[in-house]
Amino acid sequence: MQLAKVVGTVVSTQKHRKFEGAKLLLVQPLGLDNAPRGHALLAVDGVGAGVHDQVLIVLEGRAAADVLGRPATPVDAAIVGIVDAVELEARGHL
Amino acid sequence: MQIARVIGDVVATCKDEALTGLRLLIVQPLAPDRRPAGRPLVAVDSVGAGVGEDVFFVRGKEASFPFYPVEPPVDAGIVGIVDYWHVESPKL
Repeated sequence: MQLAKVVGTVVSTQKHRKFEGAKLLLVQPLGLDNAPRGHALLAVDGVGAGVHDQVLIVLEGRAAADVLGRPATPVDAAIVGIVDAVELEARGHL
Repeated sequence: MQIARVIGDVVATCKDEALTGLRLLIVQPLAPDRRPAGRPLVAVDSVGAGVGEDVFFVRGKEASFPFYPVEPPVDAGIVGIVDYWHVESPKL
């Protein structure tokens, strides 16, 4: 799983039927320093996240389909949690 | 998944049998600021997308799911057409 920030919303009418009712959010993966890391991507929301929330995402098809509760959905990313806080040990010894 | 713009299509006559009848489109992934992000790629279409449209596509084995029970050998598939998208902080 990865940490990410929700940066936008997407509206799509014509889509695969298994996406019906799903909320699609644009998320930007973050490094541990909270800086953007890699490309932004589109994830289905399973927890009621909103723009500006820091979230936990899975980048794997089976897990993402589980979020929707619909097996064999053509999906590869999903939001599975809203992050309250991240605590890190001092990074010197890593 | 990623948002991308359809910028072309591909015609291939000699191909895997399971690809017969599938539309192959060239898509350019987009960043939140709507600029190109990374290299274009070929994705199989399952929603009737066309050149010039913004779409979202899935990567990996899941791209073949819309064609079940046929399992075409594909690694990217368009699964939705974007009506509009709103970005709060394009810098991020």
